[in-house]
Amino acid sequence: MSTTERSISWSPALSRRGFLASLAAGSMVLAGRANGLGLVKGAEDLDFEPDLFVSIAPDGTVSILAHRSEMGTGIRTSLPMVVADELGADWERVVVRQAIGDERLGSQNTDGSRSIRRFYERMRIVGATARTMLERAAAQTWGVDPRQCKTAEHGVTGPSGQRLGFGELVETARTLEVPSEDALTFRPASERRYVGRDIPITDLDDIVTGRATFGIDARREGQVYAMIERSPVLGGKVVSLDDSQARAVPGVVDVIQLPDFEAPHGFQALGGVAVVANSTWAALRGRRALRIEWGDSEHSSYDSRAFAKELRAEAQKPGKVWRTQGDVDKAFAEADPDSVFEADYHVPHLAHASMEPPCAVAHVTKGTDGQPVSIEVWAPTQNPQAAQEQLAATFGLDKVNLIVNVTLLGGGFGRKSKPDYIVEAALLSDRLDRPVQVTWTREDDIRNDYFHTVAAVHMKAAVKPDGSPAAWLQRSAYPTIFSTFVPGANEATAMEHGLGFTDVPYDVPSLRVESGRAENHVRIGWLRSVAHIYHAFAVCSFPDELAHRAGRDPYEYLMELLGEPRIMGLDGVDYPNHDEPLDRYPIDVGRLRRVTERVAELADWGKSLPKGRAQGIACHRSFLSYCANVVEVEVAPDGSISIPHVHVVLDAGTVVHPDRVRAQLEGAAVFGASLALYGRITARRGAIEQSNFHDYPMTRIYDAPREITVEIVESDELPAGVGEVGVPPFAPALCNAIFAATGKRIRELPVSRHDLSRG
Amino acid sequence: MKTDAITLRVNGVSHELADVDPTTPLLWILRDTLGLTGTKFGCGMAQCGACTVHVNGRATRCCVLPVADLDGAEITTIEGLSPDGEHPVQRAWKEHHVPQCGYCQAGQIMSAAALLADVPKPTDEEIDRGMGGNICRCGTYTRIRAAIHTAAGEGSR
Repeated sequence: MSTTERSISWSPALSRRGFLASLAAGSMVLAGRANGLGLVKGAEDLDFEPDLFVSIAPDGTVSILAHRSEMGTGIRTSLPMVVADELGADWERVVVRQAIGDERLGSQNTDGSRSIRRFYERMRIVGATARTMLERAAAQTWGVDPRQCKTAEHGVTGPSGQRLGFGELVETARTLEVPSEDALTFRPASERRYVGRDIPITDLDDIVTGRATFGIDARREGQVYAMIERSPVLGGKVVSLDDSQARAVPGVVDVIQLPDFEAPHGFQALGGVAVVANSTWAALRGRRALRIEWGDSEHSSYDSRAFAKELRAEAQKPGKVWRTQGDVDKAFAEADPDSVFEADYHVPHLAHASMEPPCAVAHVTKGTDGQPVSIEVWAPTQNPQAAQEQLAATFGLDKVNLIVNVTLLGGGFGRKSKPDYIVEAALLSDRLDRPVQVTWTREDDIRNDYFHTVAAVHMKAAVKPDGSPAAWLQRSAYPTIFSTFVPGANEATAMEHGLGFTDVPYDVPSLRVESGRAENHVRIGWLRSVAHIYHAFAVCSFPDELAHRAGRDPYEYLMELLGEPRIMGLDGVDYPNHDEPLDRYPIDVGRLRRVTERVAELADWGKSLPKGRAQGIACHRSFLSYCANVVEVEVAPDGSISIPHVHVVLDAGTVVHPDRVRAQLEGAAVFGASLALYGRITARRGAIEQSNFHDYPMTRIYDAPREITVEIVESDELPAGVGEVGVPPFAPALCNAIFAATGKRIRELPVSRHDLSRG
Repeated sequence: MKTDAITLRVNGVSHELADVDPTTPLLWILRDTLGLTGTKFGCGMAQCGACTVHVNGRATRCCVLPVADLDGAEITTIEGLSPDGEHPVQRAWKEHHVPQCGYCQAGQIMSAAALLADVPKPTDEEIDRGMGGNICRCGTYTRIRAAIHTAAGEGSR
């Protein structure tokens, strides 16, 4: 197993201190280079660094930089594995180091299920570059042709069996020129030792012993602890503040009113009143003693129940057309009215609720004029470069002076892409001239999240006598994520519609996709699988409804609806395809069919089940991957639900770490169960009504899917997304199963709001 | 609100806490005063189990447990569960690759260790009861269950 250098630690001694000491010089140089501070390699620095991502010490230790954030996907292990494999390193002698925010590393926005698909090739190049240089160094040493040198198991072997370890080659290798990319060769799959194998994650030992350092565990000498009371309504401002009782709480250091944000809120700090103390508890007690009167804002009348009705009406009206094929209006006009079927689906706001709430430590350093000159932060962030950008905008500093250390993340799910909480800590450190840790309570997290948007989807079909659709219309209405960045934005974009709506893969003669308008009244953000959640809920539930209406088997009906294996063209459709060209990552209905067929086979679709128990199926392409679910549900006579078994088949192309991919799919089923069964954030008079896990419940061990079987399609296609892909088909497959078990169709999530009892 | 000194025994070591607000939940004493950050904050109202420690051998949510009630109690945190990280539950957790993000796992492991101390061979229903107080947002429940069964098997050898 590889060892890990923790980028932050208050601990006086690391168990591997001696071993890691040799890295200190290298990592300092790297940080210095990354920040443009002009540090020159010192005499004691003898490491070979062919690339920002990799360095090899004279003792042979290979350090690989993990530049993506670890929030549970295993990315801190899997991308370094790709480097180690291509390099021929022995994983036992690899140290994974976490990168700070640095745009030279490429995007660090760990979001959109992109890490492997965007960096798999890059990591192979990193490994091949270092290997090529080590082979050339060995060849030079022996006076042989480099093509006669082979690299494996942390050393290079020459034509007559000579062998030099990586460490022995460092001195020569570091004098060589870095080869161009077209001079590189890549290992055949047969020579890989790590890719495709289940290597224990880098942080496993630290996690099970409590030593792993998350953002909330960051500690700096002299730090104080802050809690912030924020407006219950987005944009509400402090009308009056009485902080006398808060200041009287023992341990409270200061009470500081933060500046209000300017619209659009983007990633700015929300404002509010901070209580800073010498312990988290004193800050909490001080905060409770604040007396604040909040003013109204334009969002003070927001009522999510009334809004849901407005959205539904909007989705029923003609909207902006995003995709059209055939003549839908004519097909509906010619259809027998009895053959026309409509359904309205609704998914409420959701909160991320990562187990580690937003938190950060920041330390602002001032110049002799008392102005900030640099800021260092330690935070669980999915996007350290966004943190740099927001800090740069807030403090007017150059990004090279904004050092963002990325800790482990106690869950992210999209919330921790937004660095507002990091800015809060920096604003307070600026005021207090010492390191400040901001921690959000669970209540802060649930009430002030960047919520998953609320959505209405209207589906309409005219069916032929055999039950198959002749005309298909789908319309959506939901506040757009871009309302977070663009004032007044009230139309969702091609990006959002492209997440499972404009690319509806069904083979129907006439089809139209439209969307309406909606205003935002809370901060809207992206949550694991984003718009795929409500799009898949409607697009994968509706065929099940049509199948039952026609008296057909839902699986057979679905396969027929998918049609022949084909590459689906979307000519004339504004379709971003998760930011990948369609020729590299086409919409391959054949692959979608195959995962669906396989999941039906694996789950023994159609098997005989006792009363109250049934299966539901759904398939969905997202993040360029293909996923199908069969959910088996048991509904007791009193209406309570259990989920005995979930089968998932995933085709994500090339897979680096199968066990972590399975883990993501298992987790997605549980995440999907939470949102489907319980997920519901509501607002009244502009304020969020939920606050903690008692009123925003998560599935627990007793109500989560009891058994989850995951199968990964073996494939050498380009790598595609994994982390989010299992979420979209879960809720529709569950609700399709519930219908099969009870005859009750759920079109409005969550399930827990419906009475499923018999009798 | 100040109190006289409280003696806390944590992982076999006594700590004299002077000048401490007696209402402070144990969680914040562990994390902010003693530097034992393995025990996590998740909800602050004993809803999620991230803060689970052992108090006199029983799994306890320490985010709502005033430190004044703990004078003389034996407290074990994840850091003290085993000297070398090789408690049967920790070994089983590694064998099954349970953690994803890892944040809730200290609490999960402490709950599982207490469960197994109480019920050496738990049934699925007993696991549901013993572990129902711990939320894992990453969704590692199926592996948690499998790991507990593994640890139970190991304990009997």
